[in-house]
Amino acid sequence: MTDSTLQVDIWRGTDTGQFQGFVLPRREHQTVLDVVTEIQREHDATLSYRFACRVGMCGSCAMVVNGRPRWTCRTRVRDVIANGEKLRLEPLRNFVVVKDLAVEMTQFFDKWKNAQGYFEPGPQPQADFAVVPPATPERQAADAGIECIGCGVCYSACDVVAWDSDYLGPAALNRAWTLVNDVRDQGNATRVEAVSHSSGCQACHTHMSCTQFCPKVIAPTYSIAGLKRAVLRRSLRGAP
Amino acid sequence: MTAILFLAQRATAFVLAFAVAVHLGTILYAVRGGLSAAEILGRTHGNIAFALFYGLFVIAVAIHAPIGLRNVLREWTARRGRSLDAALALFSLLLLTLGLRAVFAVFGA
Repeated sequence: MTDSTLQVDIWRGTDTGQFQGFVLPRREHQTVLDVVTEIQREHDATLSYRFACRVGMCGSCAMVVNGRPRWTCRTRVRDVIANGEKLRLEPLRNFVVVKDLAVEMTQFFDKWKNAQGYFEPGPQPQADFAVVPPATPERQAADAGIECIGCGVCYSACDVVAWDSDYLGPAALNRAWTLVNDVRDQGNATRVEAVSHSSGCQACHTHMSCTQFCPKVIAPTYSIAGLKRAVLRRSLRGAP
Repeated sequence: MTAILFLAQRATAFVLAFAVAVHLGTILYAVRGGLSAAEILGRTHGNIAFALFYGLFVIAVAIHAPIGLRNVLREWTARRGRSLDAALALFSLLLLTLGLRAVFAVFGA
């Protein structure tokens, strides 16, 4: 740590706006979220951003840091920039910006509903506990994607969402895939239909940006590939 | 419908991967010592294997290319609806007509 100051450019505004520069002390171990908080408390109280847990549990502090979507609470400044380089903070891409670094996530979560990304117990839920052996391939496939906390990093990283705003996106499709593999779920007939359209799983280009940037090390790309196979199997059997 | 298009595009890609390799390999092999139009026609006239191979090639292209173009246009332009599907169905028909006409001409003319 040789340089004692840190230059930060932060997006101010909504879809239109400009970057505003700040200079603050550079500290050992400081996270990007520490930087934003210090700016809001010490330099400009009107700066808007979102956070809750500060420890990588909630996912609400996600932003674009020097061009890459990240959880700012789990990103140390020194891991992003070298001494003398600028920190550049923007709101998540592919979301409507509420103000500064805070984004509107309604569309993102609406797409989870559209992909039927919720557990469907069926008309007659089981009376007893379901026995789900952890070693079965279905459960292992579900477990691989189950830890998603809906932070929106994958959605921000996805080029297909940038091209097609109707595209369901990696998070919603990943959630649908975990449910396709949930042996207790009774909604797969309609779920597979819900994810199979021109803005559904078939639209994925397998760029793997979601997989690259997911802070939970989930691979939505593989989940989407699984959905493509599930849809194909159903189509070949004569279902829509 | 999307699932069927997706399957059709993948299946025809499988055919094309084979067909393009054979096509290019045949060209490289056939023209080693130079080749005239008359020599080509001499080999293809009445050659049923040639007609079947290129007939399949043309059908695969006529299915594969419009689906890919549809995806590109959906992503890069605002066109989404039935007009896009209709335009690409016509494009498919054009490829099929031109391709099969060429196969027929080289096979039997």
